[in-house]
Amino acid sequence: MTIAVSLLPEQQLAVLNAAYRKAVARKRLRLLAGFAVFVAALIVASIGAEVNLRTFFAYFGNFISYFDRILTLDNGQRVWTDFGEWFWGLHKWLELLGETLLISYVGTLIGAVLAFALNFFAAENTSPAPRLRFTVRRLLEFARTVPGIVFALIFVMAFGLGPVAGVLAIAIHSTGALGKLFSEIVENADMKPVEGIRSTGASWLSCMRFAILPQVSAGYASYALLRFEINVREASVMGFVGAGGIGQELIVAIRKFYYSDVSAILVTIIVTVFLIDITTGWVRGRLFGKEARN
Amino acid sequence: MSKPQDVNTAELRARYPEVFDRPASSRLATPAMLVAALAIFVFGLVDLDFSPSRFISGLSQLGWISMMMMPPDPGSSLPLYLKALGETLSIALLGTTLAAVLALPVSLFAARNIVPEIVRFPVRRFLDSIRGVDTLIWALVWINVVGLGPFAGVLAIAVSDFGAFGKLFSEAIEGADQKQVEGIRASGGSALHEIRFGLMPQVLPVIAGQVLYFIESNTRSATIIGIVGAGGIGLQLAEQIRVLEWQKVSFLILMILVAVAAIDFISGKLRFAIIGRRAVA
Repeated sequence: MTIAVSLLPEQQLAVLNAAYRKAVARKRLRLLAGFAVFVAALIVASIGAEVNLRTFFAYFGNFISYFDRILTLDNGQRVWTDFGEWFWGLHKWLELLGETLLISYVGTLIGAVLAFALNFFAAENTSPAPRLRFTVRRLLEFARTVPGIVFALIFVMAFGLGPVAGVLAIAIHSTGALGKLFSEIVENADMKPVEGIRSTGASWLSCMRFAILPQVSAGYASYALLRFEINVREASVMGFVGAGGIGQELIVAIRKFYYSDVSAILVTIIVTVFLIDITTGWVRGRLFGKEARN
Repeated sequence: MSKPQDVNTAELRARYPEVFDRPASSRLATPAMLVAALAIFVFGLVDLDFSPSRFISGLSQLGWISMMMMPPDPGSSLPLYLKALGETLSIALLGTTLAAVLALPVSLFAARNIVPEIVRFPVRRFLDSIRGVDTLIWALVWINVVGLGPFAGVLAIAVSDFGAFGKLFSEAIEGADQKQVEGIRASGGSALHEIRFGLMPQVLPVIAGQVLYFIESNTRSATIIGIVGAGGIGLQLAEQIRVLEWQKVSFLILMILVAVAAIDFISGKLRFAIIGRRAVA
């Protein structure tokens, strides 16, 4: 089968070609301008951040050899030749790791309960008054935007050194993050049951309890578990500012150049985080079916 | 009101045994889980030294601190703080850009539709273990290498984001439509041509959106890496908290909030411009 390809007359073609070139040229120009702005921003930023490529290249060997050093025992052997020596402090570290897990558990639970109490006021469809909604939303936003470790620094001053500060910091940050997610679930809930219950003359509280809660509780639990996962990572560095957990031990090891301890603690943290991820993933899968796993 | 009458409970019971006689395991599951969760919680409170007296005295301390924070006041250090904020934004921008540039080629080696499983698996695990280490820890490591200062912060953010980007980019590549790649192959293109003309046009907008989102979230990360000495506004914040200059602390926190909100706004606008409103939501 042959297809006749019609060729446009020269004049018509020239006009179309010109229009095409013009369109492409404009697009290219915009891209180029954007790129130029971006590069200029990068240059300004690298001056601001005191980027010094000479130091970087001079000391880059240190970065590689740092890993070489943390994987070497005091006697010059590789760490994996003697696990007993490498993980000499395993008992103490596991205890601190247990404390880290408890900090994140208690913090997540307090945060989830607070978020639960607040989220109905923050959601568009259930909030009793717009002004209340605005206030609660700003409050949650504040709790979410200030990094957890900044709260920890302040709480260490108020509650003293130790895990209490870490727990409260994690609780506040989780309240902000979960409050937003929870209220989004509520906003997606079906409002017909609420109308049904309200038509029987029920109070606002009863509407929430019997119409909204049954729809959203599974989503709440899923997000809370996810938050727990994140908080375990967060709690592992809380010790950097004296707020309890394994971070204290890690920062001492890094600052005092106990090289093999650094790698041993890092390995225990990574393995724990990995195990927690798998476990909570499994629990979420069991509780809420496969689609909730991600 | 009429009572429901003539309900033959025995008959209903016989007809729906699964409703009336749920096995004990399923009836007790929820209360048992709640009790267990509460038990761990109480154990945690005891184990972590939550005594009521300590809590109350801490709260009153906190109340006092909040009073001291009002009104926020930078004193005479406003120029210093503005410079520190600029440093933080620079760290976020440079770190994220560096991470994205490094992660793009590596992510090809972590995508199922580009490389065989035997290459993909180790690359993925490598990226996972980089992500498993917190940004703050990377900052400490880089401080050991290039010394205190914002440059260590840039490198810390670059490394920890490299892990995250590698994973996200490779997922974007795996989600790309294979038809265009096949089209290039059918017209005689090489493997590199397939990637350049088949994959990249589909993947780049997604990647650009993710990078912008990370610049946003890295503004937050960049504020905290200063706490361990890697430059930026976090350094000032930690110092002022240690010397109990609460008015300056609240001013710094306010600055962070405003900066994060501004970056949120700008990058949101840019993301809409690049990938369209629908893809973001």
